[in-house]
Amino acid sequence: MTVTEERPTTEVGTPRRRKEDQRLVTGRTRWTDNLQLPGMLHLAMVRSPVARAKITSVDVAEARSAPGVLAVITGSDVADIQGSLPNAWPVAEDQKAPPHPAIAVDQVSFAGEIVACVVARSAAEARDASELVDVEYDELPVVLDLAQAAADTELVHPDLGTNVSARWVFDSAEACSGGNVEDAIQEARDGGILIERTYRQQRLIPAFMEPRSVVVDPTGEQTTMWSATQIPHILRLMLALTCDIPESKLRVIAPDVGGGFGGKLQVTPEEVVTLLAARQVGRPCKYTESRSESLMVAHHGRDQIQKLTLAAKQDGTVTGLKVELLADMGAYLGLVTSGVPILGAFMFNAIYKFPAYHFACTNVFTNHAWTDAYRGAGRPEATYAIERLMDELAQEVGADPLEIREKNWIKHEEFPFTTVATLEYDSGNYEAATAKARELFGYDELRKEQAERRERNDPVQLGIGVSTYTEMCGLAPSRVLGALSYAAGGWEHASIRMLASGKVEVVTGSSAHGQGHETAWSQIVADRLGVPFEDVEVLHGDTLVAPKGMDTYGSRSLVIGGIAALRAADKVIEKAKVVAAHMLEASPDDLEFSAGKFTVKGTDKGTGIGDVAFAAFHAHDLPDGFEPSLDAEATMDPDNFSFPHGTHLCAVEVDTETGRTTIRKYVCVDDVGKVINPLIVEGQLHGGVAQGIAQALFEEAVYDESGTLVSGSLTDYLVPSAVDVPSMVTDRTETPSLTNELGVKGVGEAGTIASTPAVVNGIVDALRPYGVSDVPMPCTPHRVWTVLQAAGASGGGAA
Amino acid sequence: MIPAKFDYHAPSTVDEALRLLSEAEDAKVLAGGQSLIPVLRLRLAAPEVIVDLGRIEELRGVREDGDALAVGAMTPHADMIADPLVREHAALVAEAAETIADPQVRHRGTFGGALVHADPAGDMPTTAVALGAEFLIAGTRGTRTVAAEDFFEDLFTTAVGEDELLTQVRIPKHTGWGSHYEKFVRVAQQWSIVAVAAALRIDGDSIAEARVALTNMGSTPVRATAVEQRLIGIAPVADAVREAVVDVAEGTHPPSDLNGDADYRRHLATVLTGRAVLAAAAG
Amino acid sequence: MTQINVTVDGISYSDEVEPRTLLVHYLREWLGKTGTVVGCDTSNCGACTVHLDGRSVKSCTMLAVQADGHQVTTIEGLAENGQLHPMQQAFHETHALQCGFCTPGMIMQAIDLLKDNPDPSDDEVRLGLEGNLCRCTGYQNIVKAVQTAAKAGGAT
Repeated sequence: MTVTEERPTTEVGTPRRRKEDQRLVTGRTRWTDNLQLPGMLHLAMVRSPVARAKITSVDVAEARSAPGVLAVITGSDVADIQGSLPNAWPVAEDQKAPPHPAIAVDQVSFAGEIVACVVARSAAEARDASELVDVEYDELPVVLDLAQAAADTELVHPDLGTNVSARWVFDSAEACSGGNVEDAIQEARDGGILIERTYRQQRLIPAFMEPRSVVVDPTGEQTTMWSATQIPHILRLMLALTCDIPESKLRVIAPDVGGGFGGKLQVTPEEVVTLLAARQVGRPCKYTESRSESLMVAHHGRDQIQKLTLAAKQDGTVTGLKVELLADMGAYLGLVTSGVPILGAFMFNAIYKFPAYHFACTNVFTNHAWTDAYRGAGRPEATYAIERLMDELAQEVGADPLEIREKNWIKHEEFPFTTVATLEYDSGNYEAATAKARELFGYDELRKEQAERRERNDPVQLGIGVSTYTEMCGLAPSRVLGALSYAAGGWEHASIRMLASGKVEVVTGSSAHGQGHETAWSQIVADRLGVPFEDVEVLHGDTLVAPKGMDTYGSRSLVIGGIAALRAADKVIEKAKVVAAHMLEASPDDLEFSAGKFTVKGTDKGTGIGDVAFAAFHAHDLPDGFEPSLDAEATMDPDNFSFPHGTHLCAVEVDTETGRTTIRKYVCVDDVGKVINPLIVEGQLHGGVAQGIAQALFEEAVYDESGTLVSGSLTDYLVPSAVDVPSMVTDRTETPSLTNELGVKGVGEAGTIASTPAVVNGIVDALRPYGVSDVPMPCTPHRVWTVLQAAGASGGGAA
Repeated sequence: MIPAKFDYHAPSTVDEALRLLSEAEDAKVLAGGQSLIPVLRLRLAAPEVIVDLGRIEELRGVREDGDALAVGAMTPHADMIADPLVREHAALVAEAAETIADPQVRHRGTFGGALVHADPAGDMPTTAVALGAEFLIAGTRGTRTVAAEDFFEDLFTTAVGEDELLTQVRIPKHTGWGSHYEKFVRVAQQWSIVAVAAALRIDGDSIAEARVALTNMGSTPVRATAVEQRLIGIAPVADAVREAVVDVAEGTHPPSDLNGDADYRRHLATVLTGRAVLAAAAG
Repeated sequence: MTQINVTVDGISYSDEVEPRTLLVHYLREWLGKTGTVVGCDTSNCGACTVHLDGRSVKSCTMLAVQADGHQVTTIEGLAENGQLHPMQQAFHETHALQCGFCTPGMIMQAIDLLKDNPDPSDDEVRLGLEGNLCRCTGYQNIVKAVQTAAKAGGAT
């Protein structure tokens, strides 16, 4: 098959096929687990089978003498050198955080914690010997229920004196960004509409396809760590700070990384243990987790209880929103665990003009696995809550859910708009996206069919789910992060090396794990420098090659890292202009630069940027004082977030006899600003929507009463297959962001944020005639059926 | 995840396999391995000896044997699905086999392996029970035949002894019968939450004979004989069928798990049986 | 240790392996065929899919000793003379991969499915890929890729 690709006149905006693909489709990949180094040893972890216990003894004698074993490391062996795994986001001054040793020393707080590590010549021998480690546990009562945890009846970490890690409050009256929400609630109670709901954001598992893997080579001057991580730079710094190794002596490489979704935004016990083991035995060590281990111990996401109060006038104009969150940290605080629910604080008001807003979050410890960032991190939870509430409000008012949204949303002419949560939305056009989605969906026809099915009491009911969302992308302005007590900045770095041959190397600190940076950055830089797409090589994911960076998460790469690359290119051009002017015997002011060529205005005299790069390289004849290099770097620290938005519409069929939900039609129109590569944008939306659908219908990390993860394999944790997700219609509107030169907004999390409420709103909409107003997630057939049974028992019934 | 160590034998005849089994202390039989190998990897089992039946040619294939099909225990699911004899005389088995796991698993997994594994959520045991299959079990002292109702003894337990092998399954021909396997899952490759196997012989406008069996409604497949009786003589139309199957779940002991509790499964069994019967009548 | 003779991507190998060695580990660690990956331990994800005598199997749910005397084709054996297989080309053209971890298994299974059904509908493609999980793409472009490859003769 041959597909000819026309050479585009400009790269930005064209559906370039990805540069990354060649190695990925042929299997010439560099996953961490592929690495084989001379003398490399293998690790197996001994993990606690119980959720909470005192460790009374660890007997490693038999394991130590097993075939192939070089070392067995226990918590007490490394108690003085392993430090504590870092939490970089103390959300409150008095935040409580227990020490988090990589290998548990005298107690375990969730099932799966490492209690010992076996180092052996082969992975099989390490695994064999790990079964010979004899650990005795004195089991303690577990704390699993969030409300009980908050009540402090039994403490996860008795030394802290409480299960509450932190409480964080925002109030619009105090912030002078709005009114007092209690007044709004009182008014609503006295003659308006008051909607009170409690929603559960179930615990999810990121379930990236590549299990985490880490290799540490301690030989040589620098210790090198390869890790399947999203964050090589942050990891390097954090390991330096916690493991007593100078930052300058540690090189971290994230080679090909098989997905992350926030799940690889972590400094993990396994990375620390592998580092400690390699340093102890003085040989390269590898650890690759099994899927069962991954599901059990790689951090989870979501897990919040949302208590919500929405106040409105009789006509459906919202007057206030009050949010009380209870968020499960799990047993420990990970890198940004405590900040995840706080990110949501800015998004509950979503696209709407709420006059008053109050948000409070209580972060509590339990004996579950730790939680942390998972695709959307705080924003899907917030969006779910408000989009579910807007449907409830529509129901209360007797209006169409789209109408009630339009009544409350920010009109396109009202931008820039400062929200009640104090963010300044720079741009947006909710009307345009919604109108387009409505048409593509065939909204009116489907409403008609819904009425007919209701009329004839069809056992398969049709529901229409609406979700109009926005999100904050491009994490984040450093000053905002500072104000939120985050330990680092939100900038991103890029440098460009103009090679003597005219080829270009772009080094980015934003390390991709599936997003296609190599392609998108090439497009941006190729356009700016006027060089062929193929001549641009994008390098990333190695602290030796790309020493500065803040890595990849929070839909930040393009809006910050991409812009950094753009700015670095502009600096290259500025330098090149001086050399070109010298070469052309003209003044720099008389030159213009276009399509890779400097020309003297009004003449045909000119020179290409490649020739200028060569001139800078040989340096035989440069302007006086000119440093012989065109290379440049730029660090982008954004002034503001960017705010993609969109309208997702989902038609579901609910079989009321079995409770099964089938998605019949899914339409999304997203506004992610200017698009660098429409193919990549569309792909991000497809995958994001599928993950959001998975939260609505399939996925849940379930524990039993002893704190054992029941959904501990992919047989029970239901990641959907191709059969289980629908084909979807994606389209866009394009309202440029005003916060960066390219007008881009970010797209990594949009689909996931928008789709979950669209699906659940659809299911509830289908079941309204039966008196149903909520179905807890995931909306399994069993749950839907149970809700229907309960509604039937309480007197509901089909129209 | 890597299995614990074991000794491995790949005999080329049934006799050799039986000898190996009788000599070994702690042996497991490896058929297609699609359930066993994950169990070994997770080290939920660590047998000392594995006897792999994969090299025994005589255990493969489907042939006609009078009024039955003789199916070799090591016939892969994919071969069952494609086999014209199975499609003609035991379509229910082919139809149910198409719902097992996924294509890769169906290439390796075997009919006999699925039967001897006897997972209560497995699909093949139900079809064998529905069609009244007979099981040929070979031991060092000869071969015996066990009826379907006696073959499945409990969860993961069959009449096959530790030193015996299931060699062949005789499925009575159900030529010209309509059949349907109605499987309820949350995601495609899941084990059955509940499934219903139905096969019908229609005579004129009414059901002349019926076979109905349920998957995952107890520790072994449940043959719904009372419902089968009630279906005889009625027209295969929605209301009549629903009435006939209404208490299909009576007396069953389904499990409660992440996918649903026992009450829900009983309800599902009823709904799905109605659908299975109607689909069988249509097909 | 057990002696095995296996042909992988056209080359014959003869090795002594522990019987417990999984086929995927034999491919990765003995032969350096790291294009085939391990994504789970319960036979759910399909990332390890290869062809055994021309049919798709999950190489993590098979022992290397079971492959004795057989032919194995991995993702690394598809391209010929530097020309991508039509299925590989189609995955590239339609942006059917993001992180790429599931891709080798997905491509191997997609080729297998076209052997049974050279012109599959959207639903048939989805069903044929039910044993392969992808977390990035939402499957939409994968379906498109398989149909694109089908038109280009991807079954061979």
